[in-house]
Amino acid sequence: MTARDVKEILDAEVLTGEELLDTEVKSACGSDMMSEVLAFSKDHSVLLTGLCNQQSIRTAEMMDIKVIVYIRGKVPQEEVVEMAREREMIIMTTGHRMFSSCGLLYQAGLKSGPY
Amino acid sequence: MDNAIVFEYNVDSDDFTRAGEASSDIKKKLKEMGVSPEIVRKVAIAMYEGEINMVIHANGGKITVEITPKEIEMKLADVGPGIPDVDKAMQAGWSTAPEEVRNLGFGAGMGLPNMKKNTDDMKIDTEIGKGTTITMMVKMG
Repeated sequence: MTARDVKEILDAEVLTGEELLDTEVKSACGSDMMSEVLAFSKDHSVLLTGLCNQQSIRTAEMMDIKVIVYIRGKVPQEEVVEMAREREMIIMTTGHRMFSSCGLLYQAGLKSGPY
Repeated sequence: MDNAIVFEYNVDSDDFTRAGEASSDIKKKLKEMGVSPEIVRKVAIAMYEGEINMVIHANGGKITVEITPKEIEMKLADVGPGIPDVDKAMQAGWSTAPEEVRNLGFGAGMGLPNMKKNTDDMKIDTEIGKGTTITMMVKMG
């Protein structure tokens, strides 16, 4: 699927990267702990998280994750959005919680990917 | 080594929001040098975990990265409190990070094991009250 599909499935609002929404996404991971993402995630395209500080962007950067979805309606501060913009990432926010966000994407065919 | 390229970074202690800047810069430089994406990612993850640890536990420090055609060596030196029990610190899930660090998304006890996992060699020199130096090496091929 594409990042645009993720946006539509999660009824999300794009905060930056609107022009990149045709980016293909193959798998996703979800966690509020960046330590866990760094340790257990591999080749993921999408990160679902409730943590919206600078380190969510840096973690995605280190892992080559292109799309971050902030769950539970969280919206990061403008400087965090700017960091994502500089790195050509797509970030969006959805009102769904973690469980339902993951469930909706999984149901639509987005898988966990390799570990 | 004749053709080694060396980069040095000072890691600030008091600004968690800036933690990771050095790793971000190294990642960019390695990409520009044409290093393979898999190697770049391993170096970036290991160094970022180490950089975060320096900010959380050791009041910052200094990172030296030496790049040669054969390998990338990262030396992370701090003058923090030292690691009392290295074996425990290497266990996945063991953490002494305070609650506020967990609220920032770190301190799950995965840092050191993940640094080891992503590198070909890792050495920890630590002395209580003096500091810790972690040397990590990733082979180029």
